[in-house]
Amino acid sequence: MQAIGIKSIEELYADIPEKYRLKKPLNLPNALSEFEVRKHVEGLLSNGKTCNDMPIFLGGGCWPHYVPAVVKEIVQRSELLTSYTPYQPEISQGMLQALFEYQSMICELTSMDAANCSMYDWASALAEAARMATRIKGRNEILIPKIIHPERATTLRAYAKPTGILTKQVAYDAESGQIDLKDLKRKLSDKTAAVYIENPSYLGFIEAQVEEIAKETHAHDALFIVGVDPSSLGILKPPGEYGADIVVGEAQPLGNAMNFGGPLLGIMACRDDLTLIRQMPGRIIGLTTTQDGSQQGFCMTLQTREQHIRREKATSNICSNEALCAVASAVYMSLLGPEGLRELGETIMSKASYAMQLLSKIKGVKTPIFKSAHFKEFTVNFDKTGLSVKEVNDKLLENHVHGGKDISKEFPELGQTALYCITEIHSREDIEHLAKSLEDVLSGL
Amino acid sequence: MGCERRMFRQASWNEKVIFDLGSPGRRGHTLPKVEEEIRRTVGDVTDLVPENMLRTTKPKLPELSEVEVTRHFIRLSEMNYGVDSGLYPLGSCTMKYNPKINEQLAGLSSLGMLNPYQDESTVQGILEILYKLERWLAEITGTYEVCLHPAAGAHGELLGTLLMRAYHKLNEDGNKRNEVIVPDSAHGTNPASAAMAGFNVVVVPSDDDGCVSLGALKAAVSEKTAGLMLTNPNTLGIFEKNIDEIARIVHEAGGLLYYDGANLNPLLCKARPGDMGFDIVHINIHKTFSTPHGGGGPGAGPVGVYKDLAKFLPVPLVALDGQRYHLDYDRPQTIGKIRSFYGNVAVLLRAYAYILSLGREGLEEAAEVSVLNANYLFKKLKEVKGLSLPYDSNKPRKHECVFSAKPLKNETGVSALNIAKRLLDYGIHAPTIYFPLIVDEALMIEPTESYEKEELDHFVEAMREICEEAYTDPETVLKAPHNAAVNRLDEVKASHPRTMALSWRMHLKKNEANR
Repeated sequence: MQAIGIKSIEELYADIPEKYRLKKPLNLPNALSEFEVRKHVEGLLSNGKTCNDMPIFLGGGCWPHYVPAVVKEIVQRSELLTSYTPYQPEISQGMLQALFEYQSMICELTSMDAANCSMYDWASALAEAARMATRIKGRNEILIPKIIHPERATTLRAYAKPTGILTKQVAYDAESGQIDLKDLKRKLSDKTAAVYIENPSYLGFIEAQVEEIAKETHAHDALFIVGVDPSSLGILKPPGEYGADIVVGEAQPLGNAMNFGGPLLGIMACRDDLTLIRQMPGRIIGLTTTQDGSQQGFCMTLQTREQHIRREKATSNICSNEALCAVASAVYMSLLGPEGLRELGETIMSKASYAMQLLSKIKGVKTPIFKSAHFKEFTVNFDKTGLSVKEVNDKLLENHVHGGKDISKEFPELGQTALYCITEIHSREDIEHLAKSLEDVLSGL
Repeated sequence: MGCERRMFRQASWNEKVIFDLGSPGRRGHTLPKVEEEIRRTVGDVTDLVPENMLRTTKPKLPELSEVEVTRHFIRLSEMNYGVDSGLYPLGSCTMKYNPKINEQLAGLSSLGMLNPYQDESTVQGILEILYKLERWLAEITGTYEVCLHPAAGAHGELLGTLLMRAYHKLNEDGNKRNEVIVPDSAHGTNPASAAMAGFNVVVVPSDDDGCVSLGALKAAVSEKTAGLMLTNPNTLGIFEKNIDEIARIVHEAGGLLYYDGANLNPLLCKARPGDMGFDIVHINIHKTFSTPHGGGGPGAGPVGVYKDLAKFLPVPLVALDGQRYHLDYDRPQTIGKIRSFYGNVAVLLRAYAYILSLGREGLEEAAEVSVLNANYLFKKLKEVKGLSLPYDSNKPRKHECVFSAKPLKNETGVSALNIAKRLLDYGIHAPTIYFPLIVDEALMIEPTESYEKEELDHFVEAMREICEEAYTDPETVLKAPHNAAVNRLDEVKASHPRTMALSWRMHLKKNEANR
């Protein structure tokens, strides 16, 4: 204060009009010691129940997977954790290289060529992909499947509407859940900027008519956008091999905890096509060298797409993203490698299939509703039991089992149906316990 | 008294890209085995996958052991610089210290293993945390209700502009209101967010004192005005003294006033945007509330609104009915959602712990010290030859100050960029450069409250030495950095179509083609 020549800090606030200066203390808590803060927060959280306390069979866009210790260790390295966006690349090579490696691994997994270093989540990545497609094609319609996560559809609409982008839903085949190709053909037109599908779908089944959908889409000069759960891509064909132009998805399963739904990790990747790449939103890390050409290095690139340079003409307003989650994913993919990811996919699918087999033996229970192959999630219908999903779930909870997500309001045409999720963390015991509990609940025990 | 010059040399591993490490067949992690009974019952799962959907080409991911993976990423981390490493005076980014207790709490499995769709009876603790945080942030910003969903500041801005849209749409002249006004000193995200929400952007200039020109604002508003997006204190670190008049002009024209929260830190518990007439306020949790920035995220950008706008907020918000917390989806006029679920909860939990650790008085002290530190640098750097101070040089700044290296550039050829690069050699992260756009050769400096006087002196000394060096030995500055992991990078090469490589496979392909 002496150096600045003031007697009180208040002098530095003198230009704020008196009437806006707070006269009364705000209604905020008093400071606690570190010990008290810890005790308080731990206490509150221990009120809850997690999948460590009871088997929980929920997914729905945020899935329980194990996060290896190495992943946790790396993302807690304070040089990475406490750094800002790498505006000064020479002093931020670590973050830049890790993000470049993330982008590269996402490309390998999805079989695309270029990826950005993250979007907020799958939903916002989809919304941005739709905006990207309409800019590229100069058209304003996006076709999306009827079976889509409602939160993704809602997010897409919120992003799309203000700039006149329309979303139209394509019907599904009642028996298989697969896209109704006839309806797709009906709705495709010279207004269609892009066709979007999800694989696996929101309700867990694998959409298998991908080649036909890609063909129809491209025949109308529209872009093909595919949304993925990357934990399936060790065994499922990558979208790049069936004609996808843009891939979006949720990489939370690869090394990130659920954290009650956030932070998540939106995937955004595209083909090696400058028109696509230049319209891709978000931070992108590129490989380069030092100016004298002697060393390899990394930096943010194609920044002329971005808001700090292009302002209202930017491809998006995104700047802060989910970089550290992307690093977690890079570490995760490095730990598992191609074999590990294949095994992850097989393990999940085996366990989910086992669960479907056991549950389908229970009287009144139908699972899955659709005659299609399922990956880690599947529908369980209770119509013939006379109970609602809510009633079933409440009773399961009394037995310390958390049932699947109630989708009876999201898809009324599917009746009293829940969406169950099984991953590598569910043991045979958990699955059998679920079957037993369901049987007990439904038989009124 | 000069301080002893600190030596810095960043680790410089010539660490290969991970695809060039390891060896086929290695693995760094084992998964739980599929039990024999399951294997027997289900058989080979690849038989279950439709044939055309089976992956036949292995992804070309690296194959490494656990220790190889660990060493690789530890080496990378050694070639990175964070707030924990030293001074990080990045203007507008509020790089304050990130308390360690918050990291430990956010890492608890009692948070990590919570699924967002769990029955409310099993998640009362986290709902209570989110509910209280909503209330505290509303209190701090002087708003009626706060939505925690946005994942970043820009995401909050998008929500804010969508709310503007929803609000005007209810009025008869709603469709006519298609313009959002931003000052020429605004963050780039403001015009970009307004454009995403379908608005045309109108730019108003700043006056000689660095504040929004009232005359220009009066001329800019019309029946087309949807709102004004304003940062206060602005990006020059100057408080918009005419805020009263600005609010009146915008409101009388029928527009809404939006507060960009990037610079909220100096106002904590001192003054509130809501009281100044701001209708929509976003908060950068990763700036003001001490959560780490993670090399680009995740952050969180909650949005507070005044009463009439609350009905448009995304669903759900956390509500309390008597004793029980629940997720309230009952908001018929909601704009919908801007992401899945309820926000970046693990980030928000850190902010909750921060507010609890500092308390009301601690938050106020943080604000005061951040302003004191900025003004100390402001005073000291004014004496450095080569730097000039655009806009009213006698007016105290708030949390940050902006200098121009234009005189230095004219006299020596050393630009703001070169100063920034040379600072890295001192073990100091560079300030924000070339922003705000209204200052030539801008150096935007925000020290936050997290530095002691000795650190600030170290920064001033480094700046003084660099500017002197520009006159005596400009080559050294022009070629900086010398002590970072790599020398100056070729950013043009990275974006040139012939050499552009945004992934390893693209790099290999280009190498092949350019051979």
